[in-house]
Amino acid sequence: MAEKKSLAKEFSKGLIKENPVLRLVLGTCPTLAVSTSVESAIGMGLAATVVLVCSNIVISAMRKVIPSKVRIPAYIVIIAGFVTLVQMLVKAFLPQIDEMLGVYLPLIVVNCIILGRAEAFASKNTVLYSAVDGVGMGVGFTAALLLMGGIRELLGAGSIAGFTVFPEAIPPMTIFVLAPGGFFVFGILIALANKVAERNGKPKAELKGCSACPMASTCSLVGSKEACKEETK
Amino acid sequence: MSEITKKLVVSASPHFRAKDTTTKIMLDVIIAMIPALVAAVILFGVRSLVLTVVSVISCVVFEYLSRKVMKRHNTIGDLSAVVTGMLLAFNLPSTMPVWMVIIGAFVAIVIAKQFFGGIGNNFVNPALIGRIVLMASYPTQIGNFEAPFAYKTVDAVTTATPLAQMTGVYSAENLGTAIDNANLPSLLDMFFGVKGGCLGEVCILALLIGFVYLVIRKVISPVIPLVYMGTVAVAMLIAGKGNFEFVAYQLMAGGLVLGAVFMATDYTTSPVSFKGKIIYAIGCGLLTSLIRIFGSLPEGVSFSIIIMNILVPHIEHLTTARPFGEVKEKKNKKEEVK
Repeated sequence: MAEKKSLAKEFSKGLIKENPVLRLVLGTCPTLAVSTSVESAIGMGLAATVVLVCSNIVISAMRKVIPSKVRIPAYIVIIAGFVTLVQMLVKAFLPQIDEMLGVYLPLIVVNCIILGRAEAFASKNTVLYSAVDGVGMGVGFTAALLLMGGIRELLGAGSIAGFTVFPEAIPPMTIFVLAPGGFFVFGILIALANKVAERNGKPKAELKGCSACPMASTCSLVGSKEACKEETK
Repeated sequence: MSEITKKLVVSASPHFRAKDTTTKIMLDVIIAMIPALVAAVILFGVRSLVLTVVSVISCVVFEYLSRKVMKRHNTIGDLSAVVTGMLLAFNLPSTMPVWMVIIGAFVAIVIAKQFFGGIGNNFVNPALIGRIVLMASYPTQIGNFEAPFAYKTVDAVTTATPLAQMTGVYSAENLGTAIDNANLPSLLDMFFGVKGGCLGEVCILALLIGFVYLVIRKVISPVIPLVYMGTVAVAMLIAGKGNFEFVAYQLMAGGLVLGAVFMATDYTTSPVSFKGKIIYAIGCGLLTSLIRIFGSLPEGVSFSIIIMNILVPHIEHLTTARPFGEVKEKKNKKEEVK
């Protein structure tokens, strides 16, 4: 990755190859919480994208000034500043979106995607690349939210972006707008993304190894050849 | 296989070899459920048979299709999908629209079972997940109980389940009069199933026949059902301040017997060891009682079994027998090093 960089590549990796939600499994909390409808998914995605791009630019510009020992608090302060800004703007001009997102709007501060990109990308790259990376990741996040929001709203409320699709005779499955439905859709989408990645010879996005299993201490496979094979796959 | 036979295979218990196959065991479970099915048809009419058949067929079809799509060897021959289908239908009221049953079967087989690797790998009971998803999605339809023998009259008569009628009893000052005022069916009616409820849960007599058959055929050990129901009985005796009539109603109402006999005992989702079984069953019983007494839902059997299913790996971990002669290692060693 280090040898050759192109702006187009940095942008497009956030969409599919390193999609923050489905491939890196970051930002799970807002993904599950606000993907109940298309509208709130778009609102959340755009708000996070704006913060992501702004914080990536500022952090990248200041990357040589920030001492590495206190970089995380410094990043958080920068991100929190932009979140406050976005929150005030949304409150002033789009009060409905603010109501819909509720506490998840200020919680963008601790969104793993934003801090993760600051740490993994913006702190090592130039301003322009960081900005493009931010846009790519933000669009990838928004796209994943939109996909989940679309599925959940269609199945859970029988509508898309507020327009009713299902006829009255078919009551929608309420569970999809509730938390368990969010987990169902999220799990199935990650499984599909893994399947596609596997076909292209890419590693899966998952917790690997015996340490993740509660049966590890009693399982006869721990440390055996089969388990190691499974881990190194 | 040739590689495995060369070396010593160390595996977790059970180690016994028997002629039992999954198909035989599942067939026994199906036979044990027949009395409850007959009772359901007598009480709620042919519609209950239709729902059961639809549920079974859709479970088998979904199992076949999902194995095919995932390119795994086919397992419909082991009859486990048939058992799941019957249990799912047993957990639904007779008024349930047919297409909702098919959705429930899809959730049970595809999402709860095949996504996790099929039979033996599901971490929760598939039929219960099917029921809970339907319950969260269509609360009105799943709470719409037909009165027994209503199919004989022209108009369908809906009724409340005994547990729903009893919601006010828990906090009542005088339990005895509260039970009398609750307009409950008689204890004999409760036993024979002349009450509102899901298809398979109403007739306690039929379920007990199935229970005895399964125990005699050694398909299930009686530990889990007995400890489960015992825990509920003790908890309700305490909650009911020693009122035995209240305890009897609690034991026969809702899905307790069906859940304890047919769903809590599922091999894949219940502990192997004796101690583990007891912990698991007590947990189920306590959760069921707590949900019934303090929860906002009248019934808690499905949720308590699911919660304990999820805890099974941890219970197993706590109760695994130490091999004979083995010294408690790890922790002591670490301390010595320090």
